Amino acid sequence: MNGLLLSVRRILVILTKELIQLRRDRTTLGMVVMIPLIQLVLFGYAINTNVRDIPVALVDQSNTALSRVLAQAVEATQVVRFTERYAEIPQAQEAISAGRVRAALIIPGDVSERIARSGSVSPRLEPPPATDGPTSRPVAQWLVDGSDTMIAAAIKGLRSMPLAELLRKPANRMTPTFEVALFFNPEQRTAINIVPGLVAIILTMTMVMFTSAAIVRESERGNMEMLINTPVRPIELMLGKIVPYIGIGIVQTAIILTLGHLIFDVPLDGPLGALAATTLAFIGASLALGLVLSTIATSQLQAMQMTVFILLPSILLSGFMFPYEGMPVPAQYLAEVLPVTHFMRTIRAVVLRGAGLHEVAFDTLWLVGFMLVGLVVASLRFKKRLD
Amino acid sequence: MSEPVIEVRGLTRRFGSLTAVAALDLTVAPRTIYGFLGPNGSGKTTTVRMLTGLLTPSAGEVRVLGLELPRDAERLKRRIGYMTQKFSLYDDLTVVENLRFVGEIYGLGRRAARQRIAALLSTYALEPLRDRRAGQMSGGQRQRLALAAATIHEPPLLFLDEPTSAVDPQSRRDFWERLFDLVDAGATILVSTHYMDEAERCHRLAILKDGHKRADGAPAELMAAMGARVVEVEGSDLRALKPQLAALPEVLSAAQLGSRLRVLIHDRIPDPVAWLRTQTLDPMPTHLALVHPSLEDVFVTSTGDAPA
Repeated sequence: MNGLLLSVRRILVILTKELIQLRRDRTTLGMVVMIPLIQLVLFGYAINTNVRDIPVALVDQSNTALSRVLAQAVEATQVVRFTERYAEIPQAQEAISAGRVRAALIIPGDVSERIARSGSVSPRLEPPPATDGPTSRPVAQWLVDGSDTMIAAAIKGLRSMPLAELLRKPANRMTPTFEVALFFNPEQRTAINIVPGLVAIILTMTMVMFTSAAIVRESERGNMEMLINTPVRPIELMLGKIVPYIGIGIVQTAIILTLGHLIFDVPLDGPLGALAATTLAFIGASLALGLVLSTIATSQLQAMQMTVFILLPSILLSGFMFPYEGMPVPAQYLAEVLPVTHFMRTIRAVVLRGAGLHEVAFDTLWLVGFMLVGLVVASLRFKKRLD
Repeated sequence: MSEPVIEVRGLTRRFGSLTAVAALDLTVAPRTIYGFLGPNGSGKTTTVRMLTGLLTPSAGEVRVLGLELPRDAERLKRRIGYMTQKFSLYDDLTVVENLRFVGEIYGLGRRAARQRIAALLSTYALEPLRDRRAGQMSGGQRQRLALAAATIHEPPLLFLDEPTSAVDPQSRRDFWERLFDLVDAGATILVSTHYMDEAERCHRLAILKDGHKRADGAPAELMAAMGARVVEVEGSDLRALKPQLAALPEVLSAAQLGSRLRVLIHDRIPDPVAWLRTQTLDPMPTHLALVHPSLEDVFVTSTGDAPA
């Protein structure tokens, strides 16, 4: 019992020391607040998956009133903007290769005929058979730089745009195959999905970064030789090092979610208990991961490189940028190893969908497990010897 | 004589193909200051690290304060103080914060720590600096702080690894006064150094060279038993004289000290001054005198090398 008390006191001593050092390191302290603040505002506004105003070229070989109306109708969708006009197709292709435009719309000379016959205009109860040559010919052609799949998808979305209003006819009655009801983000604003994800990314970055440098810094500054000569135990050192950063993680989470709510109208629907539990578990897991890195790295520079090595897959594989479900199964397994993948799921569930503790229990427990394993590994790897 | 504080037999440490410490035997009696004298790279720091349990010996037996190393390294840590070669307290903490940190890490109670820190601040003249950050202090001040921190838990055995390498001579004298106070209070101190004047203050001394112990004994004994005698030579062209003297097989070394040459002559020559006069030298020395050996002479004869 006395041993445990001494142990707790040693943890508190290290913790106090870390806090004093942190308080005196104004730059780091400033970053604790500025990183989430700036990145939230920046990414909240900047990241948008609803593609608009793509610069495209127009090659109008028909040059009739109808072709001009068609071009206007295309521009009116706001998906594209005609920034260049060419007489010949090769010029348009060159502009695509040079990157001046992302695509080119070729309106053929016989566009009027094509529109008149087009199935999308002539009112029929049944669609024309596929073998019916004249009516199955498209009205015009898009040449698209398909390398960016998101841009390509946006232009592909124009494939079946209705043309009826070109001819001042009432639109056909369209009966969609499915009715779609959008829950949780009916206006389809990207910020709704980005802001909770940003909590996960920023916490990964700052938490792993802080602790990955924590042990190495002591070695680099020469303090380690003194520390390992004292009766302090590795696990006490580890715990004393991570506890102060838990507070920092909570502050950062609060900044992002509050500002996200105020600026971007991101809902805060979930129960606070579930939010706190899953966030704390993730902070702990990230700090433990940083500690493990810290026992591997031999300099602060190496620790920083390892943090970046963790950060990139955290951004790209966790479901923050691209849907997790779209990845091949081996990549999904890889993503599962990263704590951020689990937190990405739970924080979106709690914040956006109002999920309760029992709904995020599995991923939260996984994070707690990760933290415990990380702490044990870091403590075992940390040797109180110089050889 | 009471039980030795440190007892080492055949201590060896290899780093790859390099043998840093080779078959070292040591016995350190309680309440003494024991010195390791040697040039850089002679194995002083490696030996100290093995004696504190920081490094595992490749071979040999080590008993420190009755504890078997490396097995009992953790138990030993509470009973020794270690002042590292490089300042190892926190630059961004103040004097008092550093002492409080170390004190509580060693498990001193809050009240005990406060009393102990107050005593240390006054012993080491740190009272006016109590709220100064360690990074902003001079070499001598930092060294006093380091010694205060190393002795905060009143260890019976203290290791000091080149404690005065960044310190002016006056601070060095004061520092040694404090060390003798500690010995007076019952502590045993093991200190490594490459300064002759410091080594001369030790009760007992081991001279290390390339990981081997070349001599071991009290400074006065070492000087008496060094196997050579010292003649100071004056002359007109000492730079020309020195290589001629050094070439004689009976001359162990010749080194210039200002306007004199200090010549070590093997003690198989019964009267070195008379012997020197019979040598054909150009120019002939104007003045020859037999003088008392210094520790530096001991160092030179035992390592066959000029000190670092």
